[in-house]
Amino acid sequence: MTVEEIRQVIIDILERIAPDEDLSDLDDSVAFREQMELDSMDFLDIVMELRKAYRIQIPEEDYHNLNTMDSTVSYLTPKLKDVPVAG
Amino acid sequence: MALDDRIVITGVGLTAPNGNSLAEFRQNLLDGKSGVVNYETRYMGPVLAGVCDFETSRYQTRREVRRGTRAGSVAIYCANEAVKDSGLDWENTRRDRVGVYLGITEHGNVETENEIYEISQFDYDTKVWSHHHNPRTVANNPAGEVTLSLGITGPHLTIGAACAAGNAGFIQAAQMLRLGECDVAIAGGVSESIHTFGIFASFQSQGALASHEDPELACRPFDTARNGIVVAEGGGICTVERLQDAQARGAKIYGEIIGYAMNSDASDFVLPSRTRQAECVNLALGRAGISAGDIDIVSSHATATEQGDIEEGSALKAVFDGTKAAINNTKSFIGHAMGAAGALELLGNLPSFDDGMAHATINLQDPDPRCALPNLVANEPRNLGEVKYILNNSFGMLGINSVVIVKRFES
Repeated sequence: MTVEEIRQVIIDILERIAPDEDLSDLDDSVAFREQMELDSMDFLDIVMELRKAYRIQIPEEDYHNLNTMDSTVSYLTPKLKDVPVAG
Repeated sequence: MALDDRIVITGVGLTAPNGNSLAEFRQNLLDGKSGVVNYETRYMGPVLAGVCDFETSRYQTRREVRRGTRAGSVAIYCANEAVKDSGLDWENTRRDRVGVYLGITEHGNVETENEIYEISQFDYDTKVWSHHHNPRTVANNPAGEVTLSLGITGPHLTIGAACAAGNAGFIQAAQMLRLGECDVAIAGGVSESIHTFGIFASFQSQGALASHEDPELACRPFDTARNGIVVAEGGGICTVERLQDAQARGAKIYGEIIGYAMNSDASDFVLPSRTRQAECVNLALGRAGISAGDIDIVSSHATATEQGDIEEGSALKAVFDGTKAAINNTKSFIGHAMGAAGALELLGNLPSFDDGMAHATINLQDPDPRCALPNLVANEPRNLGEVKYILNNSFGMLGINSVVIVKRFES
């Protein structure tokens, strides 16, 4: 996956777990939770969706890497660079 | 009875397979319109069910729907509708003095089955088991979701009472109001049972799941051709208050809960007991201070199983034979709404106080002589002229019986 594809994967997940949000003006450098109504259970949904779709295990100590879109994409790039987008 | 011991129904919210408001539900009951349809359930293929089509987005965001349960959505819809209907000044109502008491037949089966199916797609890897499972399956979930939706900080709980649960919710409300535990009770029953295959499969294994080429003809209480239960979802929730509080704010009063009773068969896991059912009815009549001869409408529980209908028919004959009581049945229209059944069946009859009509028991072409009742309202509604007392039966597995008697309010 490219960086852009990884970003789109995250956007797709966010659309599923926060269906009332408008993500078109999401600022990639600002924390998700400052821009959206996301609580800790929603956040765990991001982790779960990645686990289900790509078998990625994200340890709890790495959760801080999923703070913003930029940090999330950076964290996932080495893990997903050789993985195709799930169908 | 002291004024603060008199308990009245002041608001109604409901969703049934044939109506999403009391007015719509009532009209369809009078018009003989069924809500039973063909329905696909996981693993089993097509079954018959009573399916609700209320608008979830009326009181929930899509995120809230995703986070919660179907029973929670049913409860939120009905509770909000009831509060709106009650005319309560909700913004200025003390939310710490509101209690939520919802009857349920079961809760958690839907969510558990969904999760097991989900992990089956991942070779049963429990690491993909949802973190939402516990808050969705705790037994208080539907009532708790109502408190979240309406900002209620008073007590909330569900009452697990099998298919006697709808009445049990109203009974709990009356008791808590009399104890002074709350000033407004949001009470009734809810069910999401059609969203798991298990309830259908279990009734089928028991030989108690209805089948028919025409879904609308499938649920046939007291009829010789009955062949089992049609499972339904739904909810019936009321605002319930002490009479003096309702009168002080000039509330519309649907009826007064003047008597109730619950007892146990102590005889079998599934087979009901005519003796204990009759005892329960008589206990409620005694507490209400009236006799069987006073009752105008008996809303029967009958589910269209072979033995269940015979037992209830015998119990009702023992109590009401020779009286004017008109006996009807709501399940013949919508199927068995489980935890919501008792509540919906009472609520669908409440407008009788205004219009004097008893809705029918439909699909009753050939009454089974073993459970034939002389005063069944068969197939067409009956104009009773005046209705003063309604008695609502609701019975369930493990031999749980509940009866609620509501009187037309007279100031």
